[in-house]
Amino acid sequence: MRSKSSAERRRGIALHAALVPLALIWLFPLWMMFVFSTLPENGIFSRDIILTPSDQFVENFNLLESDTGFIRATTISILVAAAYTFLSVALTSMAGWSLACYRFAGKGVVLATILGTLTLPYFVVVIPQFIMVARDFGLHNTLFALIVPPLFNSLGVLFMRQSFQMMPHELFDAARVEGVKEWRIFFFIGLPLARPAVAALSIILFLHSWNNYLWPLLINSKPAMMTAPVALGSLIGLTKVSWGGIMTGAVMLTAPMLVLFVALQRHFVAGISAGAVK
Amino acid sequence: MAAVSLNNVVKKFGTMSVVHGASLEVADGEFVVFVGPSGCGKSTLLRMIAGLENITGGEVVIGGKVVNDVEPAERGIAMVFQSYALYPHMTVEQNLSFGLRMTGNDKADTQRRVGRAADILRISELMQRRPRQLSGGQRQRVAIGRAIVREPQVFLFDEPLSNLDAELRVQMRVEIARLHKELGVTMIYVTHDQTEAMTLADKIVVLRAGNIEQIGRPLDLYDDPNNQFVAGFVGSPRMNFMAGTVVESSSGAVTIKLVNQGNATLKKPLGGPLPAVGAAVILGVRPEHFGLAGRGDSDITVKVDVAEHLGSTSYVYANAGGGEELVIEREESRHEASLDQMTVSLRATHSYLFDSAGLRLR
Repeated sequence: MRSKSSAERRRGIALHAALVPLALIWLFPLWMMFVFSTLPENGIFSRDIILTPSDQFVENFNLLESDTGFIRATTISILVAAAYTFLSVALTSMAGWSLACYRFAGKGVVLATILGTLTLPYFVVVIPQFIMVARDFGLHNTLFALIVPPLFNSLGVLFMRQSFQMMPHELFDAARVEGVKEWRIFFFIGLPLARPAVAALSIILFLHSWNNYLWPLLINSKPAMMTAPVALGSLIGLTKVSWGGIMTGAVMLTAPMLVLFVALQRHFVAGISAGAVK
Repeated sequence: MAAVSLNNVVKKFGTMSVVHGASLEVADGEFVVFVGPSGCGKSTLLRMIAGLENITGGEVVIGGKVVNDVEPAERGIAMVFQSYALYPHMTVEQNLSFGLRMTGNDKADTQRRVGRAADILRISELMQRRPRQLSGGQRQRVAIGRAIVREPQVFLFDEPLSNLDAELRVQMRVEIARLHKELGVTMIYVTHDQTEAMTLADKIVVLRAGNIEQIGRPLDLYDDPNNQFVAGFVGSPRMNFMAGTVVESSSGAVTIKLVNQGNATLKKPLGGPLPAVGAAVILGVRPEHFGLAGRGDSDITVKVDVAEHLGSTSYVYANAGGGEELVIEREESRHEASLDQMTVSLRATHSYLFDSAGLRLR
């Protein structure tokens, strides 16, 4: 017993000796991002490598706000990400539910098509999507164009389908025998039981929208409709790059996501690994 | 309360047929058990009665009304599932009332029905617990309670006791029998456990590979099986089968030679058509129908493999070569079972004869 515990301790120490440096390597750029967000321009480009934060964060933020309207852009980002996450979770879980729970003609074709779209690179889709939304429908520079076109999410559909499929279907049959309507079975039994999957998918979708750069850049040309990543990107000018502002913005965009992830990581891991073991 | 009839019911999944024209009458208030091995279609048949599976052909009639295209909830049935199917995120009380709440039932009536079900099943003190906080037996009670609150005309049970341990299974079996007596409603019960079928049923329906093999009262099936399958399936330990050949066939009796039992012969009177001399037949003898040596119509000597002494009775697992394993029940002279070899007698009146296709020769 004693030898086992000391062997375990040794293994723990060895594991930490390998993992802690790796974690530090991963954290280093994040730390430098934070340090740069607190330095004046001349500090960022000084010959010495500065590893400790300074006191210019507020100045950098004011610069960022005056150059890009960062608060408004962040507000739009939050709005878009929240709406996108809510709507996409609703759509993907309903699609996943129907694929997991019902027999219908052409189900195999639908599933194969959804799987097939996974093999298409985003860049193949984005130009036709842009032409359709901007030219054909004339919806550029609208919140609708930011939220709705990316809503279809094949990975989300498959993820939710898997989650519903793993549930004992006798639960749904029991409700059917009791006369409960199909949408109520989905809403009151399927969805509550899929909570870990919904939580994990929500985080993935929120992050996806929050970090999305290309689509908002393409579809919106008005500064008033910029999302936060596009606003940060606009600081990279032809003649001048405002690194202090970019780093301050990056810190402000990253920090809430880190907090969110840490707060929800239990759900996230449970959702991702659900079904891995019985 | 309602009677249930199945008229030539067929079920196909794609091109694969799983139930090939089942016909059956279940009287009002009767307890009918569908029994058969895994994959025989008994659960599919139950799910068709419940409305959870479409009916490919034939008709299902409940309470005098054809219900082929009627929604499960409109059929006046309630179902108890093998896995209990309790909603894990709801308390016992919410589980019991869920269906009624979702269908807009009156609140006071819902409360009354839930209270009544809880009283009948003695689960009132569990109402605020969630399913994971309940034992297997308690979960099963809640699942039955959920069926009771619907106040159905027909109860459907799909292998409800198969997830319970042996002791609890006996206890719940008695509870279900009590419930049937108390409520007096029609119950259809699916199981692969012939002991459950024998103890609970007013009428047993034996199924094999999507066909109804025989319908009858438990003891009728036991005493008078129509074929080798039913004879083997009903009764525990199962009936012994010995291969034989007809050596004489005349004047209302056949004499058969048991080819794997030292060529012992047995003369058995038959009322129906006699098989031809030389025909292959199978002799069936229940474990309790082997007699003491010299007291029957023919003796066979077998080699004892293992003997199980259960106190009041002993089971001897024996063989006489030819790959035929026999189970012999011994109430008298139990110590004989400890021998390496024993001789037992066969009686023509306590044996069954089947033709090579497994059909009973009477």
